[in-house]
Amino acid sequence: MRDNTLNILIGGSAGQGLVTLGQLLAKSLVRGGYSIFVTQNYLSRIRGGHNTFAVRAGIEKMIAPRERVDLLVALDSDTVTLHQRDLSSDGLIVLDDDLDIDIDSDLLLKVPFKELAQDRFSNIVALGVAGSLAGLSEDLMAGALEDFLGKKNASLAVENRLALSAAINWSAEHSKPGLKLPTTSNTSRRLMMNGNEAIALGALSAGAMFCAFYPMTPATSINLNLASHAKQMGLIVEQAEDEIAAINMAIGASFAGAPSMVATSGGGFALMVEGVSLAAMTETPLVVVVAQRPGPATGLPTRTEQADLEFVLHAGHGEFPRAVFAPGTVEECFHLTRKAFELAERYQGPIFLLTDQFLADSYRSVIPFDVENLPPLAGCTGTAGMSTYDRYAITESGISPRLLPGMTEHLVVADSDEHTEGGHITEDLTLRRKMVEKRLRKEKGIQAEVIPPVMEGDAGPDQLFVSWGSSEGAVVEAASRLRSEGKRIASLHFSQVWPLIPDQFLAYLEDARQVISVESNANGQLARLIRRETGFEIKKKVLRYDGLPITPESILRELNR
Amino acid sequence: MVDTDDYGHYETAWCPGCGNHAILEAVKKALAAGRRKPHKVLFISGIGQAAKAPHYLNANVFNGLHGRSLPVATGAKLANPKLTVIVESGDGCSYGEGGNHFLAAIRRNIDVTLLVHNNQVYGLTKGQASPTSSEGFVTKAQPQGVPSAPFNPVAVAVAMSAGFVARGFSGEIDHLSELIQQGISHRGFAMIDVLQPCISFNTVNTFAWYKKRCYALSSNHDPTDWEAAMKVAYEWGDKIPIGAIYRNNRLPFEAHFPILDEGPLVWRDVNRSMLKKIMEEYG
Ligand SMILES: Cc1ncc(C[n+]2csc(CCOP(=O)(O)OP(=O)(O)O)c2C)c(N)n1
Ligand SMILES: [Mg+2]
Repeated sequence: MRDNTLNILIGGSAGQGLVTLGQLLAKSLVRGGYSIFVTQNYLSRIRGGHNTFAVRAGIEKMIAPRERVDLLVALDSDTVTLHQRDLSSDGLIVLDDDLDIDIDSDLLLKVPFKELAQDRFSNIVALGVAGSLAGLSEDLMAGALEDFLGKKNASLAVENRLALSAAINWSAEHSKPGLKLPTTSNTSRRLMMNGNEAIALGALSAGAMFCAFYPMTPATSINLNLASHAKQMGLIVEQAEDEIAAINMAIGASFAGAPSMVATSGGGFALMVEGVSLAAMTETPLVVVVAQRPGPATGLPTRTEQADLEFVLHAGHGEFPRAVFAPGTVEECFHLTRKAFELAERYQGPIFLLTDQFLADSYRSVIPFDVENLPPLAGCTGTAGMSTYDRYAITESGISPRLLPGMTEHLVVADSDEHTEGGHITEDLTLRRKMVEKRLRKEKGIQAEVIPPVMEGDAGPDQLFVSWGSSEGAVVEAASRLRSEGKRIASLHFSQVWPLIPDQFLAYLEDARQVISVESNANGQLARLIRRETGFEIKKKVLRYDGLPITPESILRELNR
Repeated sequence: MVDTDDYGHYETAWCPGCGNHAILEAVKKALAAGRRKPHKVLFISGIGQAAKAPHYLNANVFNGLHGRSLPVATGAKLANPKLTVIVESGDGCSYGEGGNHFLAAIRRNIDVTLLVHNNQVYGLTKGQASPTSSEGFVTKAQPQGVPSAPFNPVAVAVAMSAGFVARGFSGEIDHLSELIQQGISHRGFAMIDVLQPCISFNTVNTFAWYKKRCYALSSNHDPTDWEAAMKVAYEWGDKIPIGAIYRNNRLPFEAHFPILDEGPLVWRDVNRSMLKKIMEEYG
């Protein structure tokens, strides 16, 4: 625990209740006033395999995962074999005393799982032991457990509670010092939320009324989350027959007035691409969330990557404006989803949110959003008074007044063919030019609203890291570690990757002695995009494409190679 | 009062003698007979010669992508169930490119009327085989003749217990108009397969070919009798039945969403206290 943070890694196979254990532990830590950062790593299967749930906790805000493990909770012997080498010298392995493992016993805390829980609630026993080692009170863990189990099955709750108590009592007798988190005076309320939950909450807060989807990891939980709140919040969530249907339904709903979104991953998005172009041509507001996983094709379904930037940027035939947001934190998942809805409504077209498995599944402690005082987003109610109406009236901003079909006496005519101002199919080539220009003029407005990249660290640094999306925290932490060694380092992070406005960042690149792009892909896609837009070539690249998230350690390792 | 003039008169991009003209007329007649005001009607179409039809009348229109009109219609109908939603497209669009959506729309039983201009060929792309082209039908793309068996949309729709299934013929405008009215009034998914000649690219299934074969189902046919409907659905050859073939009272899809009782899903102020409650569940 040299950096005042405790990194707990829980490992086991699917079906052992590992995620539940991780969530309960994380929740207890959050309620105990600690900041947390969760990294989940799992296989594409329902039973078996080797999965991990890592929680890093501390008093300061946790912004990145850490590879070195302080407490390894091994639900199976593979976990020990695979992760023993990550254990810090003063770390500890908690494992079932039934498992026959031959290692230095100083590092080992063998727990009689069977005895404590009749072989049934091993994960709850592990919670009690790990939580006790971290210094969490029984009340915190019991509270988290109770809320998780709910009131449905009283006898199950009692049995779980007994297992937890037994584990906590056992831990008191077998205590190992050194892993206790420092006591925190932080009493302000925090929430525990992952990226996908924050996107769903952001969508609800923005007034989303329609979502259609076809399940695909790691986007599915966004859709499921919206479905679970559909009744309360008055929206419709429909599982479509395929992604093509999903995006076309969302476009239909949006045309008729419902703020709409779709969320999928690369393969599903590939099927949606023609629909993206349709939203642009018909000027229909649409929020598209692409939660990336490694490709090509089916790739690694449950792992992480940032290799669809170029795809999303270019998806859809023809030329049309778009914006692509890439949240770096759970808070940004919330706020940028709202922003995506706002832009989609204002500029009447497809707006993208690009995330990945790492962020999607990463629980963090967040300060509650001020949902009661968020500025309302102005959506179209489609009732503006006008004497004649042309859906695609040519305007200076490129934005045509939007009415909704059936809400006024005016007829609303939209067409995927090139069209007249009135929306009817045309092959008038003079008009064609005007319509192309009208649509592209909207880009000016979008450009004026671009969120500038965040520059952090020394001015005119020896090394400047350039990153985007979910790797934000890892890059910032790696930079700060290097600074603490006396180096002049800065980081430049993009949470909006399109449009790029060179005036916002080019000077930073030029002022650095060396610029290093840090990305979860094999080509340095943002670096390529920056070169295309500015001519500035980022020569040094730290790239990760093994399916695992970028960590501060992985960046430093690459740099030292 | 609403009459066919309220739906306008437009110059079309169709060949003289094309069945589309008659279908357009039948549609306008049906709308006028149902006294539907143009601004309460939404036409959704795909791409093809047939799919241009909504441009030639006064109504709200969303002319989307080839094959994708049913999902658009489903989304629009859910967002605003007060709209009369009619999908108009070709056989290629509806049964080929959009085949999966056709099956899904039947399953959902969304209250949308699907009007398929079935000329048994791809018209707009100049004469390739469509899913309903008969086996052996020779085209430039199938010079040896179509090697696959034709898709029977009526049989599939009846087999899946679609809400309302009918077949019309562009040569029988009043009869067709009557079917369209029934389809629109039906609460649930209504599919009307309309046989139509393509004078440019289908020299087999001509106006005369259809005229000779199509006969109106007698009043003895009971469209609520599924087995009888199934038999009728398989009648194809020297005699082709037209009329209302099957009908049931399945609950329409929209009825599953009580949220819609509060009006269309247009942008509203967000329920912030509920939102706060949801957020607090993460605490
Ligand atoms: C995705 C896509 N694929 C292909 C086309 C080209 N295309 C346009 S219409 C059409 C077939 C039209 O046939 P049908 O739906 O029967 O309509 P018809 O012209 O016969 O009325 C095709 C293949 C397209 N527009 N979009
Ligand atoms: Mg056709």
